[in-house]
Amino acid sequence: MAQDHIVKSFDEELEKLNNVIAQMGGLAEAQLAESIEALVRRDGDMAALVAAGDKQIDALERKVESLAVRLLVLRQPVAADLRSVLAALKISGLLERIGDYAKNVAKRTIALSQMPPMEPTHTVARMAGVVQEMIKNVLDAYIARDAEKADDVRRRDVEVDALNTSLFRELLTYMMEDSKKITACTHLLFVAKNIERMGDHATNIAESVHYLVRGENPEDERLKNDTSSLTVMDDNIPEQE
Amino acid sequence: METVPGRTWAAGTVPHAVATAGAAVAMAGLVSGGLMDPLASLALLALLVAGYLWDWSARRVAGTAGGARSAEESSASVPLTVFDALPDPVILIGKGREVQAANLSARELFDPKMVGADLAMSLRHPEVLSCVDAVLNGQPAKRSQIALPVPVRRSFEVHAVGLADAKTAAPRVVLVLHDMTLATHAQQMRADFIANASHELRSPLAALVGFIETLKGPARDDAAARDHFLDIMQSEAERMSRLIGDLLSLTRVEVNEHVQPREPVDLGTLLCTVAEVLSGQARARNMEIRVSVPETLPAVAGDADQLSQVFQNLVDNAVKYGREGSAVEIEAIEIERIPESGVRGVAVAVRDRGEGIPAEHIPRLTERFYRIDKARSRSVGGTGLGLAIVKHIVNRHRGRLKVDSVVGRGSVFTVYLRTAQRSGSK
Repeated sequence: MAQDHIVKSFDEELEKLNNVIAQMGGLAEAQLAESIEALVRRDGDMAALVAAGDKQIDALERKVESLAVRLLVLRQPVAADLRSVLAALKISGLLERIGDYAKNVAKRTIALSQMPPMEPTHTVARMAGVVQEMIKNVLDAYIARDAEKADDVRRRDVEVDALNTSLFRELLTYMMEDSKKITACTHLLFVAKNIERMGDHATNIAESVHYLVRGENPEDERLKNDTSSLTVMDDNIPEQE
Repeated sequence: METVPGRTWAAGTVPHAVATAGAAVAMAGLVSGGLMDPLASLALLALLVAGYLWDWSARRVAGTAGGARSAEESSASVPLTVFDALPDPVILIGKGREVQAANLSARELFDPKMVGADLAMSLRHPEVLSCVDAVLNGQPAKRSQIALPVPVRRSFEVHAVGLADAKTAAPRVVLVLHDMTLATHAQQMRADFIANASHELRSPLAALVGFIETLKGPARDDAAARDHFLDIMQSEAERMSRLIGDLLSLTRVEVNEHVQPREPVDLGTLLCTVAEVLSGQARARNMEIRVSVPETLPAVAGDADQLSQVFQNLVDNAVKYGREGSAVEIEAIEIERIPESGVRGVAVAVRDRGEGIPAEHIPRLTERFYRIDKARSRSVGGTGLGLAIVKHIVNRHRGRLKVDSVVGRGSVFTVYLRTAQRSGSK
């Protein structure tokens, strides 16, 4: 990190802020991992636990807020220190959103566990795997103040978007084949969308980390690859297994 | 010894406390043999840690924890102390939840620079933190189970045990993570194997049964139909046998996926051998396999057999899906940093000139039994598992697989592998 300050407690307070963010990140990671495990195992009870666990993340977000405000008011930080505080505030907000999406996945899992198993669930889990890796790497990048690692995370988002598009088509095909599957497929569509949003937030965190380390916003525009909103089902439906 | 993760016991390299090291080895043996209660083993471990602490406090005389840390880091790849020789991650935590010491296994698994910072900076799983916090707040001990899904799913039994020591700087908690990956996931992998096998083997089997029935019935005396059917039956039977082979090798990789192989492998020789093995197949399609490897390419850390399977599968695909008469290129270069992990490594690209792969299929290619064009995959003899095997082997090596493709032009499959550690340095 930056060089030490004369006021030692200032460093301690910044460190404390980092620790709370790391802890919050750990919670968000665990919430996502558990909601997906519940989805794959069709375990409604486990999903209910995940949905209830969201409160902890919210509490930590408030803690980050009060720590950050305290730092801003008492120390009036500038330059890199100011960026640390601002990044922490922003990242905690994004992590809280990731927690919310995990909670929504868990809630839909409770409903899905009452319905017959769906084949595309495994693809959703794979997609979640990519996002889990992104979240882990971006948190590691934040802790290590590693802008290159954060940039790698940003590049990874294309993969999630492509998976989302592919899943969207697959689920649409299922719904067209069998109208009884529409409810379950709709839940899975939303689950996939939630995961895709978590990927976007991981990307946003990566941008914050880049800004935090380099003091400027990342240059290149992110590659966008999500065309699911443009997908029109025509006569040649892709063959599905 | 199957539950002990893949580090060899370097009892010979422990310069002191040979008796204690002996006890550690014996203990690991007993635990893995299931003969000893994990809690009893924990008590023994506490004894070992006490021995380490003595050693540690002696070293602290030289300076602060920072000094001790750099001394430890320089010896990272050779376990010098009993503490470092323990196969499970062991972490000593002070009263402010700061990491005071971490053994080799913990530093490798979580963060080489974890000593000195809050535990959350290196190991932020909420269950672990809540166990440690509970013990810091006065509970004598706490146990739990966690799963770490990234990069390779691993599960651990967490033991946090309180230490009573009046000195303010002394560690307050011993955190031990006992690797349960094999035990927890073996069951799941067996279930997956059976589910996959029964689903995918059913179709060739059904074809065989159908043809046998036809041959015994209506086509009994039709010589032309008989020959034709026998050809189809042969290819279906061959497909089944390839499928079983691939399923078995996939399972073999998965079982050991959490154990990272570290043997130095010379990719130059390996890639040339792969090209040679497949040259006949390439010639049949009027294709050429070109290998370009710089002489200075460093060795990578890995398992030679598995790596040769990776490149065999990739080159085999390139030959199958490349245009007839085009060339397949294998190119290896040394790179400064592997994307995401950020460590030094080698990138090997396998390039074909074929039809290319539409973007929405790319992230799904490594899914088992995912096929873009089912009929085509079948006609070239694919099992739908080749890239899944590649992905799992690359994962096991903590490497990366990247796929780039332009429709109408061709595809590039790039494998990133970590450079082998030279002995004595890290």
